[in-house]
Amino acid sequence: MSHLTISARKQGEYQSDDGASAPKQPRLKFGKSAEDTDKKGASRRLKDVEICVPIVYGTIAFYLGRKASESQSHKWTVYVRGATNEDLGVVIKRVVFQLHPSFNNPTRVVESPPFELSECGWGEFEIAISLFFHSDVCDKQVDLYHHLKLYPEDESGPQSTKKPVVMESYNEIVFPDPSENFLARVQNHPAVIVPRLPAGFNLPDPVPIENLHEREKGDTKDHPHSQWFMNFSEADELLKLAAARQQVQAHIIKLRRQLSMMDGLPQLSKPPTGYEFT
Amino acid sequence: MDAKDILGLPKNSLPIPQEKKSRPPKDSQRKPDGISREVYALTGGLAPLMPAIDSSQLKKQPPKDEKITWQWLPFTNSARKDTLQLYHWVRVVNGVPPTGDYSFAKYNKSVDIVKYTDEEYEKYLNDPGWTKEETDQLFDLCQQFDLRFIVIADRFSSSRTVEELKDRYYSVCRAVVVARAPALGDISGNPVVKEPYNVSQEIERKRALSMVLSQTKHQERKDAEVLAEAKKITESRMAAKVAEESELPVPSNAGPESAERASFPGDTVSPSSNVQLPSATVASSALTADNASTLASLRMLRVYLRTYALDQMVQAASSSAGLRTIKRVEQTLQELGVNLKPRVPTKSVCAEHLELRKEILTLLNLQKQLQYKEAEGSSFRDGSYADTPSTPKDRTFVPDMSFGGERVGKRDQKRKAPGRLSEAPSSPAQSKRPRKLKASEL
Repeated sequence: MSHLTISARKQGEYQSDDGASAPKQPRLKFGKSAEDTDKKGASRRLKDVEICVPIVYGTIAFYLGRKASESQSHKWTVYVRGATNEDLGVVIKRVVFQLHPSFNNPTRVVESPPFELSECGWGEFEIAISLFFHSDVCDKQVDLYHHLKLYPEDESGPQSTKKPVVMESYNEIVFPDPSENFLARVQNHPAVIVPRLPAGFNLPDPVPIENLHEREKGDTKDHPHSQWFMNFSEADELLKLAAARQQVQAHIIKLRRQLSMMDGLPQLSKPPTGYEFT
Repeated sequence: MDAKDILGLPKNSLPIPQEKKSRPPKDSQRKPDGISREVYALTGGLAPLMPAIDSSQLKKQPPKDEKITWQWLPFTNSARKDTLQLYHWVRVVNGVPPTGDYSFAKYNKSVDIVKYTDEEYEKYLNDPGWTKEETDQLFDLCQQFDLRFIVIADRFSSSRTVEELKDRYYSVCRAVVVARAPALGDISGNPVVKEPYNVSQEIERKRALSMVLSQTKHQERKDAEVLAEAKKITESRMAAKVAEESELPVPSNAGPESAERASFPGDTVSPSSNVQLPSATVASSALTADNASTLASLRMLRVYLRTYALDQMVQAASSSAGLRTIKRVEQTLQELGVNLKPRVPTKSVCAEHLELRKEILTLLNLQKQLQYKEAEGSSFRDGSYADTPSTPKDRTFVPDMSFGGERVGKRDQKRKAPGRLSEAPSSPAQSKRPRKLKASEL
């Protein structure tokens, strides 16, 4: 599974904390938070830990067929979902969709997951999606842009009312230095990728965010459109990238041999600035 | 003419009738109704989009049933405090003079100055720096001069600064408003209460403004230079500091991970060591510095998207490459069947993508090197190679990669003009034809 490889890699990045000593001066800058366990405060941030939230956002549009009118030919939904269809409500507090000004109240706010919005219309335009996070996650918003696609690629033939036009994009929201509270809260949540923490790392008990318990389930596993959701697997791309790298590396070796043969010297001539990696 | 375009009509449909038609329209252009020709020419000779003057109104006669006379009549002005009666010409219609106040009375506006009673003064407004007489005088002047403090300061008996007068006036107003209000909540919206006058801040602000205003051009330029210098110094300091950190513990630069590792103990390096960094180290670690500083700046963000991070890292890695090189990298990626922007940008995919790009850059660079070598070799043969090879950025000709793996440089022997590497003409041809460099292109 891809998650395992990620955490294995991330483990390699960690400095092994000498977690035993607890110096008196705050060394928060270096992120050796294990040494600061005597300090209080959920606002402490962890520098070595990167929390990653894989998301998929996009639109799905259905042609209305007989029920279509001039101004409302399609029914479409714009949404932000977890890449594995888990509940994003642990991280995202609300999503604001900014529609074309020809819509009534073009600024639509969705306060709880699933973060989606459905409308009827005839035109394609760019939708601005702004993600707002909970207070212990981040106070800055993230903006995404997506072009609403209503008409299928091949314009031949009549549009089907059964098969929608789906456009999705994969991305990952990265929090490079999350607060302890956030980390504690989402440590075992399926929507979030959290690297394995060094042994002996103690997190305080999480302070729950407002009305998380009262929410109904916000995951999209049983979403009515889930059959149309695209699959984003990194395996294909990794394979292709690895193959490409091999080719390029082989070529590099060949060229180096050629160069050294021309010089008649066992090693290369002076490499130009910056490009040489030995 | 434009209308015909829009309608799609042919422009020269009927030549003969057009001659006849062209004159009357021109005439009507030259002699508009209602205004004389010269006056019309003053407006630019073209008809305005909206008629400014309704020309039909100009010829209108006043209604016949109204008898108009003009009479010299007295009038009173409600804006005056006395009962002075002046006279003026009045348009009388059918013997009935117009009613209503003097038409200019409505312009007599003044500022509502707070008026305090003596008890209020005793209770709330006493101030060690101000006597009652002074305060009264101040308020009189404010009333008289509509809060024009410059004038008031001039007329004020003792020499007080404008800021002192303003301060006294606004604090008195505030105290009175607060005292008179039944509850604090009612007046919390009142600007006098919300934003009290801050004397020291005002003095400072005015001083700063006058300083900026009185700066000479020379001084402005010097300031700009100093700021630019400071910026450059801090930037190079940061890059050098990070470069040093990444240099010391990790001699080989294997990629972002190692740079990350390296920057952790780096905080203990003192800033003074930056100065002693030899320039060579800085130069060769420029690329890692780019990488590391990009990583550092990404860390500074509270949140970012993976695609944004990849873009930044790609930019940093290609910072020393020209635009054409970057295009060639992208071409190569496409040929290898790799998306320019990964479809599933996970952390590992992005890392691999970045590494691939760097390797392609290395490859292209090696090809250029080979190119040089060939050129040098052939120049010794021809004996006419005068220029020294230019810096990598100027070299625009890069032989294509043939993945079948063949000789790359032999074609250069055919080149007649040494320093002239094939420029623009061949590059578009290259991009069209996949991977085959023909002699005809040279």
